[in-house]
Amino acid sequence: MAEQTDIRPTGKAATPEPARPAKPDSAVIRDALGVGIAVGLSGFAFGVTSAGSGLTLLQTCALSLLVFTGASQFALVGALAAGGNPLTAAAGAFFLGVRNAFYGLRLSAVLGHRAAVRPFAAHWVIDETTAVTLAQPDRRSARLGFTVTGLSLYVLWNLTTLIGALGAAALGDTDAWGLDAASPAVFLALLAPMLRSTAERAAAGLAVVLVMTTLPLLPTGVPVLLSALAAPAVLVVQGRRARAKGAGNDTTHTGDAQGRPATEEKQA
Amino acid sequence: MNVWIAIAATAVGCYLVKYLGLSAPAGVLERPLVKRLAALLPVALLAALTAQQTFSDGHHLMLDAKAAGVAAAAVALALRAPFLLVVGVAVAVTAGVRALGG
Repeated sequence: MAEQTDIRPTGKAATPEPARPAKPDSAVIRDALGVGIAVGLSGFAFGVTSAGSGLTLLQTCALSLLVFTGASQFALVGALAAGGNPLTAAAGAFFLGVRNAFYGLRLSAVLGHRAAVRPFAAHWVIDETTAVTLAQPDRRSARLGFTVTGLSLYVLWNLTTLIGALGAAALGDTDAWGLDAASPAVFLALLAPMLRSTAERAAAGLAVVLVMTTLPLLPTGVPVLLSALAAPAVLVVQGRRARAKGAGNDTTHTGDAQGRPATEEKQA
Repeated sequence: MNVWIAIAATAVGCYLVKYLGLSAPAGVLERPLVKRLAALLPVALLAALTAQQTFSDGHHLMLDAKAAGVAAAAVALALRAPFLLVVGVAVAVTAGVRALGG
């Protein structure tokens, strides 16, 4: 099927022999469990952060059970802890979750689930399940990878959330243990692999400037929403530059002394 | 009550976008501009959230032990440390600096 061209190459999957089970189930399960367990354990950091932010045990566990997308959960409890309006806080968490729609779009072609399965599979459409699923060479492995990653992550994330929230009470002042640094570290760890090109770095830099300058001025939670404007702003600038360059290439052939058109910035 | 409203709104919103993506006919969200905007949006939000939670209490700018912890996490990321270790380093360094009176 054509959708297999969509699958991200992982290097080792590029073996030339076709019509063979490209990857044994055990290898898929091992990869999936590796991701599921490592990330699932970080639910502990969420449980502690959420309880330390003043949410009850029930509220903390409800978030992991019902929202189940880590960055949005951390963003929500952070905004609530800072005293933000609940809907502003939810909006920030929601905008972070929008990326999952685009993961779902790619996954639906690869997984090919029936309509009846989709409402259940949808809950597991997050960064980690997407990464594991898209790395698989065929539909069978993709479905297996998605299911094992989703199940192990969901179970562990909720279990460690509970333990973390219970543990926070035992720890007392969670800040004294440095646990308030867990949330920004999680954001940074999610962000780092996304900073691949100039456009991403520009959007990140502009967003930081926007949030830091408006933080003391605007109601809590609003600066983060405002920082989202960095994304369209970068696209507008980029589009304008591309147009200017296109026009320049048509008219000025003598501009470059080395006889080399200005293409070296093209990857930006 | 306010917290429950926020939780409900986030849960419903986040579930709907996941389901929408999984169920939308291919091509609906496939326009290049929409895809690039969708890729840049989390970058902007995550960068803003990292900065805000590192250098403020949500409303006032401040510099404390957390900054050292997040800086250590950045170093760990540059050294390609796994996710859990990155978070662990941030927590440990923050606690350490605070214990030393930072």
